[in-house]
Amino acid sequence: MHSIIKTSFAAIVAAGITATSAQADAHALSGDLVIFSDMSNPAPRAVMEGMVERFGEMHPELNIELTVIDREAYKTQIRNFLTADAPDVANWYAANRMLPYVEAGLFEDVSDMWEGQMSEELASTKGAMTIDGKQYGVPYTYYQWGVYYRKDLMEQFGLSEPTTWEEEKANCQTYLDNGIKCYTIGTKFLWTAGGWFDYLNMRTNGYDYHAALTAGQEKWDSEKTRATFANWRELIDMGAFIDNHQTYSWQEAMPFMVNGEAASYLMGNFSVAAFREGGLDDSKLDFYQFPEITAGIPKGEDAPTDTFHIPSGAKNKENAKAFLEFVVSADNQTLINNGENLGQLPVNALSSVDDDKFLNEGFAMLSNDAPGGIAQFFDRDAPAEMAAVAMEGFQEFMLFPDNLDDILARLDAAAVDIYAE
Amino acid sequence: MTNTTVSDFEGPKRSWYKRNEIAVTPYLFLIPGVFFFAVYVIFPVFQSFNISLYKWDGLGEAEYVGLTNYQKLLDDRAFEVSLWNNLKWLVLYLLAIPAGLMISLFLNQKVVGIRLYKSLFFFPFVISQIVVGLVFSWFYDPTFGIFTKVIGWVGLEIKGGVLGNPTAVTYGIIAAGLWPQTAYCMILYLTGLNAVDPEQVEAARLDGAKGWKMLWYVIIPQLKPATFIAFVVTIVGALRSFDLISIMTRGGPFGQSRVLSYYMFEKALSEYGFRMGYGAAIAVVLFLIMLVFIAYFLWSMYQEEKGAR
Repeated sequence: MHSIIKTSFAAIVAAGITATSAQADAHALSGDLVIFSDMSNPAPRAVMEGMVERFGEMHPELNIELTVIDREAYKTQIRNFLTADAPDVANWYAANRMLPYVEAGLFEDVSDMWEGQMSEELASTKGAMTIDGKQYGVPYTYYQWGVYYRKDLMEQFGLSEPTTWEEEKANCQTYLDNGIKCYTIGTKFLWTAGGWFDYLNMRTNGYDYHAALTAGQEKWDSEKTRATFANWRELIDMGAFIDNHQTYSWQEAMPFMVNGEAASYLMGNFSVAAFREGGLDDSKLDFYQFPEITAGIPKGEDAPTDTFHIPSGAKNKENAKAFLEFVVSADNQTLINNGENLGQLPVNALSSVDDDKFLNEGFAMLSNDAPGGIAQFFDRDAPAEMAAVAMEGFQEFMLFPDNLDDILARLDAAAVDIYAE
Repeated sequence: MTNTTVSDFEGPKRSWYKRNEIAVTPYLFLIPGVFFFAVYVIFPVFQSFNISLYKWDGLGEAEYVGLTNYQKLLDDRAFEVSLWNNLKWLVLYLLAIPAGLMISLFLNQKVVGIRLYKSLFFFPFVISQIVVGLVFSWFYDPTFGIFTKVIGWVGLEIKGGVLGNPTAVTYGIIAAGLWPQTAYCMILYLTGLNAVDPEQVEAARLDGAKGWKMLWYVIIPQLKPATFIAFVVTIVGALRSFDLISIMTRGGPFGQSRVLSYYMFEKALSEYGFRMGYGAAIAVVLFLIMLVFIAYFLWSMYQEEKGAR
């Protein structure tokens, strides 16, 4: 049985590859293709340029124009260029983050591309790309979140990776008794606190409740949400987080862990590159899934997905679709996500994950240990304005946990307005 | 006879423009300036008023909501915090004027290398606000910042560091803003001091004036034009305070260092902001506050011109 599946699997892959290449030959593209990208950090930029180069080799007649814009500046510029001078392909993010542009009719419906094979290959992120039953873009990469920790410190104190909340707190107490903070975090830019809330809420109340809360279907001032904050408060009252975290960015919080002043960091996998640069090799750096809090609740995970879209104002939509198909193809996703390039996880199920400890662990976790569901991240699941208000509340809570009543009341008041539409 | 003389005197008939040249030309010169002022200043002001009456995400259809945005502002605590912070900025930023005056009096002497000292004092105004913000962030840093260490010696501690403490943060940023602003006021006063009439000083000296009395009754009245300009630029600078907040705290911790201009940016234009109407309403409030000062400035300039005539 096993072998039969394997063989047919291989056959499908082979068929897929020949089909793609045949298609490419049949429609040698010509004309223009304008791409705006936010992949401005060195590694992603090289990946983007590499993709354009390879796509250009497949279609020598095609004139591709790539503009790479600074990742932060892109977030505000996208509004202008989508309405004024739309490119043919643009980077963005999945889920609620793309909702304003979909509602304004600025992203092209690409549901026809998703019919059939692609839906199977990209099944894991189809939900995040879907609004009202239609798909509005394609994913190219995603990455896991989890607790990155100092393996050597854990061994030094004779501890092991925690799997329950009790173990997590017991470990933390040991660190604190030895003068080491349990968690480093920098909340100056707020979103890091959103990560903590995501995990605490998904573990305390489950993925479905978390999704309903970020979608505005649940009240903030409720028993369940309060339970989440109560768990968070246990850590805050222990003094588990580094002091003055409100003045640091996420990068500025890293040295605490690199220097051994803090034991772990709840972060996305993109932090691994920076940790390694800081001198933590695989003997000192390791990763575990955020532990269980309420027993029996299926674990949900954060895995933010980065995407490509076709603006409605694009002039060369056929070329753009061909590029999107190229981007999601299994081969391309294997290549761009390997350790030498993005160092993240490919979305296509037929791609292979590069041989890297963290990528393998992350891939296994998202494939097998996230039965609850995959969330995008707080500021992508909640509407932008709600995310801004809520993450500010999280930061306030981390500094002044006694203000909780006030914070929850404020969030509910804001939610009334924001979800009213 | 008489008739011919008159027609000779008039000569050939001149064009309308030629006849009215003296009266028309000033307006012609004004046209480009007025045009651009209207397009880039007057029109956007009214446009902001208009947008503030709508609910609009900047992308889709705008929905007319009347004065709802202003009503919401009344209950918005973040707005209240921003307004109070603006007031703190307005009041404390004015300290730059006396501080600038003191430094300029101190530097207004003839010793070797005074030009160098003057330029050193002027230096903070030349460097970008971004750099000032960064320098002060390090200065205030809760772990290694000099400020933290120094107040530690006298046994003081600001919880969370200056920029991480919700009460101290605005004062910390204002202090950073005062550094370049004082330099600006100083340079205004230095040029003002050059214009002080030495004969008046001489006469006052003969009458036995010195020290504070000399300063108060003889020097400062002569510095009135410089004081006026220093006042104008400082008020405008206080209301425009944006770069320092953006670079030092981004309005944090949890929005306690926001001012109106930054709050408007956050609501309408930042990564998470899609409320153009609400942002425009904040901008209108800020405009009205500025209008009070602008009206005062225009009025006092008008009075001055009238007096000069």
